[in-house]
Amino acid sequence: MTIRLDKLGVVIAAISAYAAFAAPFVTFRANRIVPGEARSILGALPSAIGPLLLAIVVVAAVIALLKTPLILRLAASVVVLAALALLIGVAGSFLTPEGNTFARISPASGFWLLVFAFTLLLTDVLTRLNLAPWARVCMLVVAAAAIGLLLVTGSWDNLSILKEYANRADSFWAEGSKHVTLALGSLAAAVIVGVPLGILCHRVEKLRAAALNVLNIIQTIPSIALFGLLIAPLGWVASHVPGAAALGIRGIGTAPAFVALFLYSLLPVVANTVVGLAGVPRAANDAARGMGMTDRQRLFGIEFPLAFPVILTGIRIVLVQNIGLATIAALIGGGGFGVFVFQGVGQTAMDLVLLGAVPTVALAFAAAIILDAVIEMTATKRREESPA
Amino acid sequence: MKAWLPSLLRLVLVVLLVAFVTNPGWFEPLLRPLTQDGAPVIYNQGSLLTLTLLHLRTVLIATLAATVVAVALAILVTRPAGVEFLPLSRSLVNIGQTFPPVAVLALAVPAVGFGEKPTLIALFLYGLLPIFENALTGLTTLPGNVMEAARGAGMTGWQRLLKVELPLSAPIILGGIRLSVVISLATATIGSTVAARTLGEVIIAGLLSNNLAFVLQGGLIVAALAVLIYDGLSAIERYTARRMGQETA
Repeated sequence: MTIRLDKLGVVIAAISAYAAFAAPFVTFRANRIVPGEARSILGALPSAIGPLLLAIVVVAAVIALLKTPLILRLAASVVVLAALALLIGVAGSFLTPEGNTFARISPASGFWLLVFAFTLLLTDVLTRLNLAPWARVCMLVVAAAAIGLLLVTGSWDNLSILKEYANRADSFWAEGSKHVTLALGSLAAAVIVGVPLGILCHRVEKLRAAALNVLNIIQTIPSIALFGLLIAPLGWVASHVPGAAALGIRGIGTAPAFVALFLYSLLPVVANTVVGLAGVPRAANDAARGMGMTDRQRLFGIEFPLAFPVILTGIRIVLVQNIGLATIAALIGGGGFGVFVFQGVGQTAMDLVLLGAVPTVALAFAAAIILDAVIEMTATKRREESPA
Repeated sequence: MKAWLPSLLRLVLVVLLVAFVTNPGWFEPLLRPLTQDGAPVIYNQGSLLTLTLLHLRTVLIATLAATVVAVALAILVTRPAGVEFLPLSRSLVNIGQTFPPVAVLALAVPAVGFGEKPTLIALFLYGLLPIFENALTGLTTLPGNVMEAARGAGMTGWQRLLKVELPLSAPIILGGIRLSVVISLATATIGSTVAARTLGEVIIAGLLSNNLAFVLQGGLIVAALAVLIYDGLSAIERYTARRMGQETA
């Protein structure tokens, strides 16, 4: 019998071997800003658990290395990721001296590489399983629930990122809700303005080139400059238009960030609406006209539903992009998770950077999965309804 | 619109841009109303020309590296030996796009220190995705009859790649590079939050000292560069597409 190796498995096994045996698992620091000392898996976990984790990683790496059934590979990656998530918390409590509130324990390169390797395996399995959209959303919910459980039960409380959180719990949620409001609010505004504008551009050819060119040029202005440039006009509006200041419109802060995100969001929404409407089959339009449908009936009954998946793709692009861009709002006092990122960079406190970066990435990732699933569902539904 | 008008506009933009970065003093009266209390009108902690060149250099290095790696990866996953990685690489590209540039930048700092390096890493990672995606599209949507003909003519795998596949997908790959450059030009400004010397320095100095003239000049130079480079690369793209006998997109 010849042993057949999986090509991706070779990569995963190599990364895991290095990460588990040669790279540091956690970094221990006596306080927040001194340089840390590295601890291996055996040095970071209680004597019974360290070897257990190594054994789990080795078995899982072998499963990845050989050509094994998908379901076994799925189990291996989930078990390793769960063990890592659980044990990094154990390492935190194990290494923190009793009653010491200054010591900082943070995951080090070995931990991150193991997470990376087995996420790679998980992604590969999930891609090959070709899950239905609702199943992917279910997986997301399960993963979110597991992480939530670890956070609520306090198993990670001794990790440095959560110590940063503990010091800023109130502002974390305040900035978080600002971040989400900025990203979703500007998206909503862009859809309300952009979809009708897209329909108009589709109907009036002269407008199309001009509108898309202007929106293209807006995209080239760097985000920090656009944020800054809006300070002046909004400041003017606040002081000259009665009632504007009462609505919260001010030169600095959330208002310019909101307007900038809105302007960036317009292009994908308008462009995708135009592309979606242009892709409506001529036959469908002709049939509708033949049935005596009015322009309005055609728009809402035929064109818009057929173009909907393409418009949704534009919305997905905007949402993921907005969640990322909203971090920059912090530079002009607009709040959001970027506040922690920039504070962290300023204090060279990486845990603080992570406190801002991790939720941002998680939000963008969740938004991408959910919207991809919705897009796929609307697209397949349409195909089932009209077998072409 | 008359045919020569866009070319004229482009020429005017080039002249204005060069004049501005070499002799910013000429434009002082225009920007003067944006400053308050006699603050400096033109950025004075470094020459705009140097910063513009450094900005372009950063983007150029990152884009070159991203192009080489992205095209190599795309070639790898479209060969029989690497085809196992094709679905995975697609998912990774999708996931990669959800990472905000600021986060990448900030997280690269502990590994490589402040300055140009974290910016290069962030721009490289960000530039990778559009080029890889386009190269993949180009290499996987080649007309079947052309590939058959190449095989029938007795071309080896390498010959097919170099003489048929890459030239035919060149316009699409160039489209990816164009997208990547425009994103990088704007993203490089954020690099100045971690002390990279780019035009972002001017914008951030303006934000910190509440000097709109700085914000405007930094932003406009970057925007003008982006528009010109976008146009230039589009022209090259159309030229290669014509040479390949494809319709202009």
